[in-house]
Amino acid sequence: MVRGFGGAAAFPDEVWELVFSFLAADADRNAVALVCRGWHRIERRSRRRVFVGNCYAVAPAAAVRRFPEVRAAAIKGKPHFADFNLVPTDWGGGAEAWVEAMAGGWPHLEELRLKRMVVSDDCLELIARSFKNFGVLSLVSCDGFSTAGLAAIAANCRNLRELDLHENEVEDNCLNWISHFPESFTSLVSLNIACLEGDMNTSVLECLISRCPNLKTLRLNHAMPLEKLVSLLQRAPQLVDLGTSKFSADHHPELLSKVESTFAGFKHLKSLSGIWEAGPAYLPAIYSVCESLTSLNLYYATIQSPELLKLVSECKNLQRLWVMDLIEDNGLIAVASSCKLLQELRVFPSDPYGVAPPISLTEHGLVAISAGCLMLHSVLYFCRQMTNAALLTIANNRPNLTCFRLCIIDPHTPDYISQEPLDAGFSAIVESCKDLRRLSLSGLLTDRVFKSIGASANRLEMLSVAFAGDSDVGLHYILSGCKNLRKLEIRDCPFGDKALLDNTSKLETMRSLWMSSCSVTLGACRQLAQKMPRLNVEVIDERRGRPLESWPDDFPIEKLYIYRTVAGPRSDTPPCVWTV
Amino acid sequence: MEEAFTRGEGRPRLLDLISNGRDWRSYAAAEEKKLELRLGLPGGEDWSAGQEKREHPIESALSLGHISKVPKSTNVNASSGTKRRFLVHVEPKTEAFQQQQQQQLQQEQLGFLQLQAKGKESLQQTSGSAEQQSLEGKGCGPHPPHASSTKNAAVAHTASQSRVAATPVVGWPPVRSFRMNLAGTAKASAESNNGSSAAAKKIENDKKSLFVKINMDGIPIGRKVDLKAFDSYDKLSLAVDELFRGLMAAQADPLAASTQKNSEEKHVLTGLMDGSGEYTLVYEDDEGDRMLVGDVPWDMFVSMAKRLRVLKSSDVSASSLRAVGRKRTSNS
Repeated sequence: MVRGFGGAAAFPDEVWELVFSFLAADADRNAVALVCRGWHRIERRSRRRVFVGNCYAVAPAAAVRRFPEVRAAAIKGKPHFADFNLVPTDWGGGAEAWVEAMAGGWPHLEELRLKRMVVSDDCLELIARSFKNFGVLSLVSCDGFSTAGLAAIAANCRNLRELDLHENEVEDNCLNWISHFPESFTSLVSLNIACLEGDMNTSVLECLISRCPNLKTLRLNHAMPLEKLVSLLQRAPQLVDLGTSKFSADHHPELLSKVESTFAGFKHLKSLSGIWEAGPAYLPAIYSVCESLTSLNLYYATIQSPELLKLVSECKNLQRLWVMDLIEDNGLIAVASSCKLLQELRVFPSDPYGVAPPISLTEHGLVAISAGCLMLHSVLYFCRQMTNAALLTIANNRPNLTCFRLCIIDPHTPDYISQEPLDAGFSAIVESCKDLRRLSLSGLLTDRVFKSIGASANRLEMLSVAFAGDSDVGLHYILSGCKNLRKLEIRDCPFGDKALLDNTSKLETMRSLWMSSCSVTLGACRQLAQKMPRLNVEVIDERRGRPLESWPDDFPIEKLYIYRTVAGPRSDTPPCVWTV
Repeated sequence: MEEAFTRGEGRPRLLDLISNGRDWRSYAAAEEKKLELRLGLPGGEDWSAGQEKREHPIESALSLGHISKVPKSTNVNASSGTKRRFLVHVEPKTEAFQQQQQQQLQQEQLGFLQLQAKGKESLQQTSGSAEQQSLEGKGCGPHPPHASSTKNAAVAHTASQSRVAATPVVGWPPVRSFRMNLAGTAKASAESNNGSSAAAKKIENDKKSLFVKINMDGIPIGRKVDLKAFDSYDKLSLAVDELFRGLMAAQADPLAASTQKNSEEKHVLTGLMDGSGEYTLVYEDDEGDRMLVGDVPWDMFVSMAKRLRVLKSSDVSASSLRAVGRKRTSNS
């Protein structure tokens, strides 16, 4: 009989550290930490990457204390629906607490990624001064800072490799912030400033680009005129990822040939975006890089269907395509036959409020893609009509879907041929796509679809529901099923107290639940909060009434955000938010 | 974000001797397992009514490959039939109450059928009352907040043949706000590229909302306002006052803000446009020039303003306004 294993003492710590370093998933590292005290100690001292999905789930000091050797941190703040103006702007998600704790406890921090947080210029300055080896700053959907804060980053982060500003609201008060990068600064690999609104000093930018030989990603904002863009790009033929600025100008044969030769010079370009306001005159200059592109974002390119069709048909190796619905069904059919390696498709509405004549983009486009693109696993699709038959076909064609987000623009739209709810269609999707991790529903839906989702969507992690369901049963189906659900966001559905109170323990297995314009009362929130001390139950009401304590139990809740936390109720709630 | 982040860099990699091709082959080889609907009940027989169909693994309407061509009215009966049974089980109080429930549901059913027959106005009425009845039945309390969205939906429903723009609902469709303006501009410039500039202008002007940024001196967090939501300078001024009042109070005295001091004590931003108050409202047009709000007719202002600012009146002088605009552009 084999003698029992000697335990942690049998090997030096470094060996265990090396073994643990093969574990990618935090869940695995967490499991390792539970085995014994020795492993707990070794694991926590060797964890280099920390991901905090909800900045209020844990106190910054606690996180910093537990993992003292972190080199990379990613933190998320506001709920997803903040992207659509459903969360009050002063709700919270401020980064100061985290940045201060990190500045004190993680002096060797190299990477920081923040999403949907309020980041002030002071925060940026603190970041710039506190981390000697700081290399990567990524701010996604953040606000609260200005280009003056960026200037501090530029001036102080000697080893900055990556500055990624994605869809932030940035106050433009320091026009020359780029010139704050010192002359000796050459380490830039990735620069994404597409969300900035102001003009850039082109010569300063050109200088910067020329002295950074490792630059692989450059995404500019729309402000730079085409001639200046071209002279800048000629300094960086090694680019792999390019986001252009304005792609239109008065027609000029000289300029056109310059643009063509610049693009022909890109031997390694794989990703292309920007192309703001692309005019038909200059668009063909891009054709030379199409063959090598794996990612193409035409969101800002106001090109019509014929040109779009020609362009995407050249992109035989495309894996990711983001495009406006101007591509129409014909364009998508062309994509389906040309882009056999397509994995991710996003089609956005050019006209969300429907004031212009309708676009010919229907369910047929998506069905064609699902049939032609065998590797497709991620879909975001805005359209105006759908049928159960189409969804069934898509489900049968593409059981490998992992992300399916369908937005039928008018709420409560039924199957336009049979006039039935779209329950059957979405049920088919969840039953066929066993690995589905993210799902967004739309159209006319009854409680039946939730029954299917609860029963079949075993890998589902994030579910978005709007204008759907008949009663509490719908919510109950989700909360009592969906084993792996982490994030649930609901708006304008008749879901109420009973489903919540019957599934309280489920809420602790999830990261968060958002419900707005549903039928939840304050009494249920009070009961829930009392029963589950490790949940923060935040009631949000912007109508500026009397304080929460004076409201009766049957008071209807406008917006509700529930999340699990070990940090207790937060101390920075604004006037419109009450932690019950 | 999360997956890519945890995979990270600098982590040692195990030798991956399995080729990528295998992943795709497994999809072809996968057998379709028969699905059995199984729901874990949390206990409490209140939910059992919803399970009465459990014996049939999948309801006929949901089976793959079968589209029921059942006419609409029967379908409505089916769904509300289930609903009726559920509600009766949930509130098994007195017989009289049950009867009342059934009556309400029958009315609701009738109301729903009427939706298809009648026109817009009665649509809104019946759907509104149907909502109220169903919610009262559940004992949820006062006026449901989403009745208005049902109204909107009903409007959009019947109008699907003719292209009537749906009444905008906050945050719907779920497109990011800075993209919304761009999307409208995208359509408009596509039109103007095609030479129909009149159509482009119309699209721009017909947009249901026009969000512009508004910043206030001394407050780092900017806001956004929808200019189309107002029809006069007074309303705009009021809205700006409301918007920043809370923020200013919070900045001035964080404790005061959290104890919810009443409105009388809050800062009131008056005199925004006549220079009499502590703050003045200015706007920037598409050339970056700053101008006092209030000089031009409202409609012209809406078409010109790209951005708003609330400045301290002391910082504003007639000559400095234009000069500020010039200075900005000359810096680049």
